[in-house]
Amino acid sequence: MQKIGVFVCWCGSNIAATVDVKAVANAMRSEPGVVFSTDYQYMCSENGQNLIKDAIRDYKLDGIVVCSCSPRMHEATFRKTAMAAGLNPYMVEIANIREQCSWIHKDMPEGTEKAMVLARAAIAKVKKNAPLTAGTSPVTKRALVIGGGIAGIQTALDVADAGYEVDIVEKSPTIGGRMAQLDKTFPTLDCAACILTPKMVEANQHEKINLITYSELENVSGFVGNFTARIRKKARHVDEKKCTGCGVCTEKCPSRKGLNEFNMGLNTRGAIYIPFAQAIPNLAVIDTSNCIHFKTGKCGICEKNCSAGAIKFDQEDEIIERKYGAIVVATGFKPIDASYFDEYAYTQSKDVVTSLEFERLMNAAGPSKGVLVRPSDGEHPHDITFIQCVGSRCSHDATKGKEYCSKICCMYTAKHAMLVREKYPDVNVHVFYIDVRTPGKNFDEFYRRAVEQYDVDYIKGMVGKVTVEGKKLHVQGSSLLSNDQLHIYSDMVVLATAIEPDPTARSIGTMLTASMDTNDFFTEAHPKLRPVESPTAGIFLSGVCQGPKDIPETVAQAGAAASKVIGLLSKNELVGNPCVAHANELLCNGCSQCERVCPYGAITYVEKEVRGPEFRGVKRVAQVNEAVCQGCGACTVTCPSTAMDLKGFSNNQIIAEVDAICR
Amino acid sequence: MSNNITTEDILRISGVDTRKCMFCGKCSGTCPAFDEMEYHPHQFVYMVQWGMIDKLMESKSIYKCLTCFACLERCPRNVQPAKLIEAVRQAVIRQQGMNHMTENDIPGLLEDKLPQQAIVSAMRKYKK
Ligand SMILES: Cc1cc2nc3c(=O)[nH]c(=O)nc-3n(C[C@H](O)[C@H](O)[C@H](O)COP(=O)(O)OP(=O)(O)OC[C@H]3O[C@@H](n4cnc5c(N)ncnc54)[C@H](O)[C@@H]3O)c2cc1C
Ligand code: SF4
Ligand code: SF4
Ligand code: SF4
Ligand code: SF4
Repeated sequence: MQKIGVFVCWCGSNIAATVDVKAVANAMRSEPGVVFSTDYQYMCSENGQNLIKDAIRDYKLDGIVVCSCSPRMHEATFRKTAMAAGLNPYMVEIANIREQCSWIHKDMPEGTEKAMVLARAAIAKVKKNAPLTAGTSPVTKRALVIGGGIAGIQTALDVADAGYEVDIVEKSPTIGGRMAQLDKTFPTLDCAACILTPKMVEANQHEKINLITYSELENVSGFVGNFTARIRKKARHVDEKKCTGCGVCTEKCPSRKGLNEFNMGLNTRGAIYIPFAQAIPNLAVIDTSNCIHFKTGKCGICEKNCSAGAIKFDQEDEIIERKYGAIVVATGFKPIDASYFDEYAYTQSKDVVTSLEFERLMNAAGPSKGVLVRPSDGEHPHDITFIQCVGSRCSHDATKGKEYCSKICCMYTAKHAMLVREKYPDVNVHVFYIDVRTPGKNFDEFYRRAVEQYDVDYIKGMVGKVTVEGKKLHVQGSSLLSNDQLHIYSDMVVLATAIEPDPTARSIGTMLTASMDTNDFFTEAHPKLRPVESPTAGIFLSGVCQGPKDIPETVAQAGAAASKVIGLLSKNELVGNPCVAHANELLCNGCSQCERVCPYGAITYVEKEVRGPEFRGVKRVAQVNEAVCQGCGACTVTCPSTAMDLKGFSNNQIIAEVDAICR
Repeated sequence: MSNNITTEDILRISGVDTRKCMFCGKCSGTCPAFDEMEYHPHQFVYMVQWGMIDKLMESKSIYKCLTCFACLERCPRNVQPAKLIEAVRQAVIRQQGMNHMTENDIPGLLEDKLPQQAIVSAMRKYKK
């Protein structure tokens, strides 16, 4: 006969106000198998835990049930308590009589009755528990960072400074991300390149950081501490060891059709190109879709002009396979496609641009060498209208747009307005806004400077439509405060377009089994308390891939993610979860159903000799890799022969709980 | 004119949820009839919400709306102010107990691309 102890917690008044805890403790005393039952104000307190430890020793308990809050809160606490008293930690069951009972009921008799039922179910289960021992697995002391924007760079630098190897996989030919495209940065107006380039150089020169650019992740397997990633290093058609980055080839290339990605397609580049002057690595790359040699087999001018002999038309993609202990997602964002909002005439006029395009138009390394001109005719603009919230803050049932506030556009619009007025005091600048959202250190002060010092014309209201009228853009919008409809004739219109996650984010999320929200931003393990961790163990989040952020916030979060990675990599081994699946070989018929549903690839099949009362011989049976299995239970419900079972959550245990509830 | 039309009546007739409005003013920025109107599309939204139905019913603005649906099309929060204006118009007509066309006139006017609501409002507003 088993000896079970029951401990009913009041949780102050959280439970005791709706559940008669004494009645529950008394009722449980007469349950078969229960030799001790009591209640206490705070079971998780030191006194409460001592009460449990004493009872385990005094009554020689071989299983305990704690009726308290959700196991997510204190299961770990009570398992440690049991262990300290010499009881296997997996002989502990929690009956959640707070979240699932007292908090959702008002009526005391009802709440009390339900608490008793939940307690009985837990008792029925713990009687079928078996002691379990967790295995351990080693930790590979190398981190993988996906995305080489400021977020990825910062995380990599912090992890590398702690002494661990870091690989950055960046899909474009250079690291730097969006920040490299910016002109000046709010709220201090320092030049983006001036503060970013040193970090890019540092990442390149750090002995612990390995940059894998122009590369994409193809597959990830394994689990926390033991991931294996397959990375496709796309052919640059340029020998990385020979290319000196002199750029002669990029000037000689006769193909000039490729849109310059770095300048948001505002101008073109050669088929062989270096993204920008400070690109890291400073290596040329051939865009085969525009290369004449790849189309016709002729040309080869770059090859003739490269004194280093670095051009390699026959270079092929390379596959790199490597093990990692931790993976950081830093895939960033892109602006949404402004052509969805054609009431602003984005597709009808070159002079209607997005804010990121505007950054390039203002930048000294941009298509107009930093001289602000109208893209259509190269003339100096005299009047510019900025429109905020384009595609942000739309309702879920609106035909287009995102529900969230993109967070950075109020600030960068104030920045743009100010920079224009500073450089070109003759230009009139209007900003249409719904709200100006500037929480952040020195942010509102920054916006007020735009209004008070730079005389920017802020108009509360939205633009209804923009029409092209001759050389002018007719901006029709409302001014809510004066209850007017305004007609402004501008030379340029700048759209503060919403930002959205990088289009590859969803496939990365699927590869990593890391959860995402409906907008494809990665979800954090806890929105307040675990903001840089994914719910999937060993996966961490850095930068805008988790939600809209400016650079200061991105860098702070990148450092936080690094500290979590360092914490993980500093461990030599990880204690696993013993609640894993295993197949009953007598029942298993090797049908392969479980392998197909397992999200972690934990199941393989072996031909094996099996001996049982009804079957003797060799057959194909499922085998679970216990180090890989996460105990999700998908296989147990899929198995048509009920051969798969989960330790600690066996079919028998769950049926026993259900029986106890239905009794 | 004092009448018993309430906020709830207008919301029920129009199917609009005024609380979705964020008062961005895009509807009024869009509206081609803005200059003719005493109350503008975004004002219909808050005036209905605040129960100022009488003022709207008495205003000429309800006949100035062209039912072009530009406001409805561009509203980022899918509030559909045009439907509110239509509902106020309808409330007035219901009170007066009169339509300018009969149902029998409608089939002849139907065209595939014409929004149904435009036909209904035409019935309320125009003589044949
Ligand atoms: C117009 C505009 C102006 C701005 N101005 C300011 C400002 O003045 N001040 C300020 O603080 N912030 C500003 N910001 C915000 C700033 O750009 C971001 O906070 C910052 O760039 C976020 O960095 P990130 O690394 O998270 O993302 P990103 O900069 O987007 O970097 C992500 C990187 O990951 C790579 N990547 C994506 N997917 C993959 C994949 N599957 N595999 C490999 N690599 C991948 C991308 O190529 C990119 O290099 C502005 C933003 C915009 C749009
Ligand atoms: S940050 Fe400002 S401009 Fe951008 S969506 Fe939010 S409120 Fe609109
Ligand atoms: S429980 Fe089954 S499906 Fe889930 S991880 Fe383990 S083996 Fe895979
Ligand atoms: S009805 Fe729509 S467009 Fe008009 S103010 Fe409200 S949210 Fe803006
Ligand atoms: S439907 Fe009426 S209120 Fe709306 S934009 Fe057209 S005219 Fe203006």
